[in-house]
Amino acid sequence: MASEHLQPAETFSPIFGRLTLDWIPIHEPILIGTFAGVALGGLLVFALMTYFRLWVPFWKNWVTTVDHKKIGIMYMVLAFVMMVRGFADALMMRGQQAMAAGGSEGWLPPHHYDQVFTAHGVIMIFFVAMAFVTGFMNYVMPLQIGARDVAFPFLNNFSFWMTVAGALLVNISLFVGEFARVGWLAFPPLSGANYSTGPGMDYYLWALQIAGVGTTLSGINMIATIVKMRAPGMKLMDMPIFTWTALITNVLIVAAFPVLTATLALLTLDRYMDFRFFTNDFGGNAMMYVNLIWIWGHPEVYILIIPCFGIISEIVSTFSRKPIFGYRTMVWATGCIMVLSFVVWLHHFFTMGSGADVNTFFGITTMIIAVPTGVKIFNWLFTMYKGRVRLEVPMLWTIGFLVTFTIGGMTGVMLAVPPVDFQLHNTLFLIAHFHNVIIGGVVFAVFAGVTYWWPKAFGFKLDEVWGKRAFWLWFVGFYVAFMPLYALGLMGVTRRMNMYPDAGWQPYFIVAAIGALLILAGILCNFMNFYVSIRDRKRLACGSDPWDARTLEWATQSPPAPYNFPEDVSVVGREAFWQMKKENYEFSTDYQPIHMPMGTASGVIISGLALIFGFAMVWYIWWLAIATFVAMLAVGIAHTFNYNRDYYIPADEVRQTEAKGALV
Amino acid sequence: MSADTHHAHDHGTMGQLMIGFALAAILTIIPFYLVMAEVEMARSTLVGIIMGLGAVQIIVHLVYFLHLKRSSEEGWNFFAAIFAVVILVIVLAGSLWVMHNMNENMMPMHEMEQHIEQMKSLQSQQG
Repeated sequence: MASEHLQPAETFSPIFGRLTLDWIPIHEPILIGTFAGVALGGLLVFALMTYFRLWVPFWKNWVTTVDHKKIGIMYMVLAFVMMVRGFADALMMRGQQAMAAGGSEGWLPPHHYDQVFTAHGVIMIFFVAMAFVTGFMNYVMPLQIGARDVAFPFLNNFSFWMTVAGALLVNISLFVGEFARVGWLAFPPLSGANYSTGPGMDYYLWALQIAGVGTTLSGINMIATIVKMRAPGMKLMDMPIFTWTALITNVLIVAAFPVLTATLALLTLDRYMDFRFFTNDFGGNAMMYVNLIWIWGHPEVYILIIPCFGIISEIVSTFSRKPIFGYRTMVWATGCIMVLSFVVWLHHFFTMGSGADVNTFFGITTMIIAVPTGVKIFNWLFTMYKGRVRLEVPMLWTIGFLVTFTIGGMTGVMLAVPPVDFQLHNTLFLIAHFHNVIIGGVVFAVFAGVTYWWPKAFGFKLDEVWGKRAFWLWFVGFYVAFMPLYALGLMGVTRRMNMYPDAGWQPYFIVAAIGALLILAGILCNFMNFYVSIRDRKRLACGSDPWDARTLEWATQSPPAPYNFPEDVSVVGREAFWQMKKENYEFSTDYQPIHMPMGTASGVIISGLALIFGFAMVWYIWWLAIATFVAMLAVGIAHTFNYNRDYYIPADEVRQTEAKGALV
Repeated sequence: MSADTHHAHDHGTMGQLMIGFALAAILTIIPFYLVMAEVEMARSTLVGIIMGLGAVQIIVHLVYFLHLKRSSEEGWNFFAAIFAVVILVIVLAGSLWVMHNMNENMMPMHEMEQHIEQMKSLQSQQG
């Protein structure tokens, strides 16, 4: 295997910019194999969709839809697809580190390995975890507050496709050129123009900027929805906990993401226009980048976990047959986390040298933020206490979450002690810690939520046997994969190592690789579960309220009609649906025409142009960048002249839809 | 989407706009005067006054031109503004504090140059 990697020479042509055929990695067998697989899979999908004449329905019902439920499902699909990509990267890294001990080079040369760990981090955070939580907020939140859709339905469609455009740009880098080799947060000066030549780092910048537009707009959209579109009578303190967490998450998104956008824009100026914000010389200061990126980065981890707290709250309450314990403390704890998450960022760089007083301040704030999180854990435990707990699959994931997330939180508090952090900074202990809270927290909660709301979205449950298999493989696999990393970290093993001389570490890495294979089996069980459940959907059909749930989203049919609720629901107090069930409430059959937003292709067109714009910027194809940018503006302006934005669902159609639902 | 969400927004009276304009003008003239007339005072005081007047200027704009009141949009605007200010203060003050300490501890350029000079003179003495 070639150990020396030569980058193609920098050439520039007015038509293709710096893109030449040398940038197509035909000499890398792994990439060619992957490309062949993706191309064959793509062709198969293309052929099947053409054969079954699915293109027009796909375009009309999904691509151009503004229905928050369909957009939510598409976010979930995006997240699952990208999870496969990100997990493939994880397997490659685990394989490499299991092999590359004591002089062996393993199977990935440094040039490739560095791209793999960068892509793994970027994809898992921005396109898997973010897509999962945004998908849940899109699908569930408007139903929970009794709304027909989000506040700005077109913006929602546009946000989704911008996220897809960012994800596609990352994936294009696999086959055209290369990806960044800098770690997921791309610290300069390594990520600057002098040390990261070639297009990899530019793929990183433009992918995140394009996806970031979608995330920020989606945040604004969700806040407006929760503030303005709650069902009549639903006070703030009556909102389901998941809606509360969605509100606070989106406030964090709107407050934090502009910092990321600005920081990446400064780095872009450094790279493209010879600015000196973060360079070593001419007054640049790379430490400022680290400071700024973590001002975004720490709220970001709460953006990921807070909606998951909401999911867990709904499930614990439903499966314990009790209202959530300490509703008010839950809300206030989330609010405290919202503000506190902005005063802990320095704990990511204690070792950079701010000195004892600064480190002490941020160490203490970090320990304080663990308090409201602990409050939540106790609230969930007290909700279960003396409840009639049903150990179905969503509840298994929830208990897995409680145990695993608590351990991850405790190792986090260990890292919050600056002297300890000086020993553990950038070691595998840190890697084990954040996987402990992201897998044990976000991923377990996401699977709990998928199992819980799947019947809402499709009208049938997921298969229980495959669900349990997936849970146990993930649960055991997580511990087998990451406990050895804690041990290695305590021995001082640093992260992102391509190879290491000490063969004594190898057994730990081999155990970790076995853990990754167990998780792989868990993922396969997840997908098998989807397949089996869709195949056996008649057997698993379950009506509209399979879990005896408490919140408003379960008051409609499953799957919900496009208009969600046949009437404007009025709400008094918390747990609206539980009250409806107690009072035997039924929707009025005096149906009225329902006012609905119309689908539009503008979102997907602008996002497609943004994708081409990003690609052109990466490769310095200036004419194409200018053309697509102007075209984006033109389509955006043209969209404002589209007055064909709404329609009415006639009362008769509502009557028919509601009658159909009643039969199931 | 219903008509009642389009209730009449308060765009302020002419009088309010004029008060805002006068305040904004005064707050702009003072710092310009301080700099252009080269008023005798410590540089740090001067910078402090200019920054302070800038902050007051922001509040004047928010209140008189953007009509930020505690009651507008059921208090959401005011709440959002307070939150934004809190986050801004945390981010700006925190960054200044953090970066100041970083520069003190990690970028002692001046001292380093002195060290290099000393080393050179020592070497030349020995040589």
